Amino acid sequence: MRMRTAALVGNPNAGKSALFNALTGARQKIANYPGVTVERKAGRLVLPSGEPVELIDLPGSYGLDATSPDEEVTRKVILGEFAGEAQPEVLIVVLDASNLEQHLVFAQEVIELGRPVIVALNMVDLAQRDGLVLDPKALEQALGVPVIPTVAVRRKGLAELIAAIAKAESKAAAEPGGHPRPHITLPERRLAAHNIAQGAILSETTQHRLHSRMDKLLLHPWLGPPILFALLFVIFQAVFAWATPFADALDAAVGSLIAMANSVLPASFLRDLLTEGVLAGVGSVVVFLPQIVILFAFILVMEATGYMARAAFLMDRLMAFVGLSGRSFIPLLSSFACAIPGIMATRSIADPKDRLTTILVAPMMTCSARLPVYTVIIGAFIPHRTVGWGIGLQGLVLFALYVVGIIGAMVVALVLRRSVTKGAASGFIMELPKYQLPRLSDLLIGLWQRAWIFLRRAGTIIFTATVILWLLLSFPKAAPGESQVDASIAGKIANGLEVVVRPIGFNHEIALALVPAMAAREVAVSSLATTYAVDADDEDEAALALGDKLSSRWSLPTALAFLAWFVFAPQCLSTIAVTRRETNGWKWPTFMLLYLFGLAYVFAGITYWSAVALGL
Amino acid sequence: MTLEELPTGKRARITAVDWSLLAPEEGQRLRAMGLDEGARVAVAHRGVFAGRDPLSIMVGRMSVAIRRSHAQAMQVEAL
Repeated sequence: MRMRTAALVGNPNAGKSALFNALTGARQKIANYPGVTVERKAGRLVLPSGEPVELIDLPGSYGLDATSPDEEVTRKVILGEFAGEAQPEVLIVVLDASNLEQHLVFAQEVIELGRPVIVALNMVDLAQRDGLVLDPKALEQALGVPVIPTVAVRRKGLAELIAAIAKAESKAAAEPGGHPRPHITLPERRLAAHNIAQGAILSETTQHRLHSRMDKLLLHPWLGPPILFALLFVIFQAVFAWATPFADALDAAVGSLIAMANSVLPASFLRDLLTEGVLAGVGSVVVFLPQIVILFAFILVMEATGYMARAAFLMDRLMAFVGLSGRSFIPLLSSFACAIPGIMATRSIADPKDRLTTILVAPMMTCSARLPVYTVIIGAFIPHRTVGWGIGLQGLVLFALYVVGIIGAMVVALVLRRSVTKGAASGFIMELPKYQLPRLSDLLIGLWQRAWIFLRRAGTIIFTATVILWLLLSFPKAAPGESQVDASIAGKIANGLEVVVRPIGFNHEIALALVPAMAAREVAVSSLATTYAVDADDEDEAALALGDKLSSRWSLPTALAFLAWFVFAPQCLSTIAVTRRETNGWKWPTFMLLYLFGLAYVFAGITYWSAVALGL
Repeated sequence: MTLEELPTGKRARITAVDWSLLAPEEGQRLRAMGLDEGARVAVAHRGVFAGRDPLSIMVGRMSVAIRRSHAQAMQVEAL
């Protein structure tokens, strides 16, 4: 027999994914802004009887008439029109208790369908903080369906909710089809929502003070933007300043592993593969774990507190100027972590051209995979000193690279909106969620997940690319007096590319690193590390940190051109694949590749020749 | 008076909305969020710098960010 299904539905940011995680033990991303979940996710829930039920988490929606691709998914699943999926037997409507009147509008629309419905009155703790005392029984009578108070993030009310699901399941089996209720119009529904909410509120004090006070400061017309800017600045300073001791320790650990392998193992093909390929290559990327963790700690806190939505509010003016809305801000901000979730997050944008523009510029947001590339070059070429007021020059350069990416994205969006994605600029309509104090355990889980993704990439994609490169670099063996890199297959391939990139100041090793870096940007770092390890004349040189090797071999203009290249170059297979999927074809990914490589080439060239002219 | 002209912090009721000034899906989204005739609203914050765009509107207990152009389409009466 097919497993029975239940689906979580409700307004955006009601806590559906938090409830999904609590009920199934899954670890779906949760954050405090509307539109975190953009696709259906399934998990398994076990009833007290031992019967398993498939639980489906759906994107939030304000109604059954969808305006954006993510809401479309919700509508189709609820109505049983989603390809390859049966209509869920039970619908669990998740309501934000502190925003009852608004959430009851969609809830009534779902209840009208006549399917078995359970209401999870979520975030009752936040409602109490807001001075709202609710009567679930009154709500239950008014709606005619079971109402269970829950606090998903604190795992409260779950047993009662599961019991209600079990009861509704057996009822659904007894009378399939249900009893649709008379359909009423939106204004009628809204009036009913108002009356039901009033009837369920036992006592109410005026607006929550903290919420409006924080908005008063953070959304202040003149103070808000500098606060946002200062916060971003602190993040990039912290990425350098706080991570250095940890990164140095990791670097030393990798170095001693290489030294140990060299002294313990007999000289052999396998030893070289291990030291030059795996340890030098993959190790050179893994040492950036502390930076990644620090960056994500900031991003996760901003998402969980509700500040991210305020950042969208503050940035809307700028986005409007280039023909986008603040709605594009969150996908673009997610792209600072990785362009893949960023591009997926565009599903919450209703306007197709707005969405396409956002997808096309998302890869210019500096993703965490660029961090190893930037950090290794900055560490090797930018002096470690302050420029006054305790601001580190290295952090400043990193900040500047992020800013160049943002400006690039804005300019490209401006051009695209006047050419290929021409159309009326769409507006910005977005719910601003209430501020919440994040739970430490949720933050730590999120951080662990990001760290794990990074390490898994190092162990799979970066490992593979580096080992293949090492093999291509090691054969055929060089004649005495000849450089191994020049003699190898990879060296010969790079000769061809070098002709193309020589005019923008790139050397043979960079040309060599660019090809495997198509797999992922971090591979540029591991490839350089492997290339220089293979090329090292003796073991003392091989043991040098990558940064020291680079600073003795590259000129400053070359290093700066390399940084400029990576601001734009779309060197990430996964981004290209997800763009193809989200735009249904090869047209837009091809366009993206061409224009981004074009920009990368031009800007690296400008950077190189300007630096040379300035005598750097 | 339009919602855009309503002084910050003053409570009002939306009396009429000129939906023809808004793109259909934007109108639908505003209605879905409760910004429709009869809604009790207040302007909580006005956006950044001299443009004062977007606006943060209180609808019931919810804050919604909208553009000035949306607020200009909504007639309100102060309460």
